[in-house]
Amino acid sequence: MPLLRQGVAIEDAWTHLDDAAALPADAVAITVTGARWAAERDRLLARTGPLGVRLANSEAVDGVEGDLPRLGLIALHFPKFSDGRAYSQARRLRRLGFAGELRATGNVLQDQLLLMTRVGFDGFLMTAPDAERRYQAALAAYDHFYQPRRIVA
Amino acid sequence: MYRYDEFDRAFLEERVAQFRDQVARRLSGDLSEDEFKLLRLMNGLYLQLHAYMLRIAIPYGTLSSGQMRRLADVAERWDRGYGHFTTRQNIQLNWIRLEDAPDVIAALAEVDMHGIQTSGNCIRNVTADQYAGVAADEIEDPRVWAEILRQWSTNHPEFSFLPRKFKIAVTGAELDRAAIRVHDVGLRMRRDDAGAAGFEVVVGGGLGRTPLVGKTIRRFLPKDDLLGYLEAVMRVYNALGRRDNLYKSRIKILVHDIGPERMAEMVDAEFQAIQAEGGVSLDPELVGRIRAHFAPPVYAPAPVEPPELAALERADPAFARWRRTNTAAHREPGHAIVNLSLKPHGRPPGDATSAEMRAVADMADRWSLGEIRVAHEQNLVLPHVRQADLPEVWRAAQAIGFATPNIGHLTDIIACPGLDYCALATARSIPIAERLADRFRDLDRLHDIGPFRINISGCINACGHHHVGHVGLLGVDKAGEEFYQITLGGSAEEDTAIGRIVGPAVSSAEVVDAIERLVDTYVRIREPEETFLDTCRRVGNAPFKESIYAAA
Repeated sequence: MPLLRQGVAIEDAWTHLDDAAALPADAVAITVTGARWAAERDRLLARTGPLGVRLANSEAVDGVEGDLPRLGLIALHFPKFSDGRAYSQARRLRRLGFAGELRATGNVLQDQLLLMTRVGFDGFLMTAPDAERRYQAALAAYDHFYQPRRIVA
Repeated sequence: MYRYDEFDRAFLEERVAQFRDQVARRLSGDLSEDEFKLLRLMNGLYLQLHAYMLRIAIPYGTLSSGQMRRLADVAERWDRGYGHFTTRQNIQLNWIRLEDAPDVIAALAEVDMHGIQTSGNCIRNVTADQYAGVAADEIEDPRVWAEILRQWSTNHPEFSFLPRKFKIAVTGAELDRAAIRVHDVGLRMRRDDAGAAGFEVVVGGGLGRTPLVGKTIRRFLPKDDLLGYLEAVMRVYNALGRRDNLYKSRIKILVHDIGPERMAEMVDAEFQAIQAEGGVSLDPELVGRIRAHFAPPVYAPAPVEPPELAALERADPAFARWRRTNTAAHREPGHAIVNLSLKPHGRPPGDATSAEMRAVADMADRWSLGEIRVAHEQNLVLPHVRQADLPEVWRAAQAIGFATPNIGHLTDIIACPGLDYCALATARSIPIAERLADRFRDLDRLHDIGPFRINISGCINACGHHHVGHVGLLGVDKAGEEFYQITLGGSAEEDTAIGRIVGPAVSSAEVVDAIERLVDTYVRIREPEETFLDTCRRVGNAPFKESIYAAA
């Protein structure tokens, strides 16, 4: 599955651990679920390598609020493209000052990419093979916005 | 009225091009029907029982004569030569082909019209008092704020995939003609103790399967805080509104479940956070520009109550009756607001042919400064008519059959399209409306009955707003036959109330007789000056129930 970072296809540098997986060597960049973050927070923060969290769209972002400077990636999930909760999660995370990669995962489609960039997403895990072309087409669709181009700082 | 500027037009062109690309990708198979469905819905394109239906936005119910002519042209070229004005002040064309939809949308864009956000789980076209700007009882023209909300909500990046549709209505007047308490958010302009204008914010009203009257969560909101506060409402709803059950996903269910106090607290907390980051600023220059668009027109001096009016009223009681029923007080001396009844006896409520649309456009040019309004009761309004012109306007309205003196009366029926068009309906609405109109066609009787609102919905989704009709009819299917459940005592105005179910549903064959017996009972038991709604509130359902089921 192509992963885009700011429109360019890249290799995923992160290892996404499920809740039962053993922690790899310290240097490995890992993401964990919000539940695991809450349960093992101190142990995870003691690692030296990059840390990321995968939040379900039913989870409040308050759970990671104090740890944002330490997080390099937050992945927000779209179980269906029509379930828009992650837009508000993204908006809130950027407002709280999160400066790392905000990655959209799940049912991520061309016609929602522009909206996603506008609330602060900059990483997109897509299933379509020609993701780069779709990203460019999506962002080229509009030059005119009634709200700020990006509604987050 | 609002005129699109270069920015609005450039945006709309981008939107048309985007939709054309999406249709092409659907036809090529690149987009699945599931993926395409929400995209077309957000452009107003529904798949109905027999064909695609295009719902075209008429923001806050205001349109120009030129726009009305274009609607007539579009209906003629790509549809069957008529359109249906809806309870959300929009117009629907019922027979559009998918392949033609991009061309239709492009033709509408040429006159600054579109179907954007007339459907989908987003903030829908904002509605307002149809007498906005000309009503005698108004604090401020609510369309300034409705237009600001249109711009703010259009392609909003955060709120395009909400749990469910979201409808906002605004009024600036004392009398609520916009039904704000049955909307997801209702805004009523009011003044604080210092005399500054702001909004009362009502949240969580709605009809459908679970009719609920909206709750006030903010008594007074300064105008400049409107967008920040609404953004807070939307963010709370987007996060917490239910997505597991289509029928429990409107904001009214959230407000009902957690209570209005808790809702107010959560919205306030989010609003404070928004304010702390600088708020959602309203560019004063933009507000000024929008306000200028809605500046009152320059009215030529017009004689007040010219003597020939009184003379014609004496000579022709039909004119007097029409004037009394179908016109309303105007804030400008010597002027009147004229309602054109789209409920001529024997026609589907809210329908107009292309020829009729053109005739209304001509009337607007000649007598109403080129401006037309759509009322949520599915009538049209000429907002700027000189009193001296009323006789001519009356004759012109008569010539196209839009002068039936029934505004606010029993045959001014609100009805959804029903089973004749709609894929969701369980029963027909329009034929019941037509039969009722036929039964009560005698004008002396109609006026003796007085103010009386019948609303008909063809299914539980309540597009005909049956819960807030003085008499509501809900079509239900009983073993393949159409029956109608009757509710009494509803209202969509300042005294918003949900009607009470009176008893078992009545068959299609019996329903008109049942309503007639109910009306006769009212006429028999009413006290002097008492309207049907007054009587209903005084005596309850019992006497009406008895009469409805008398012959059964």
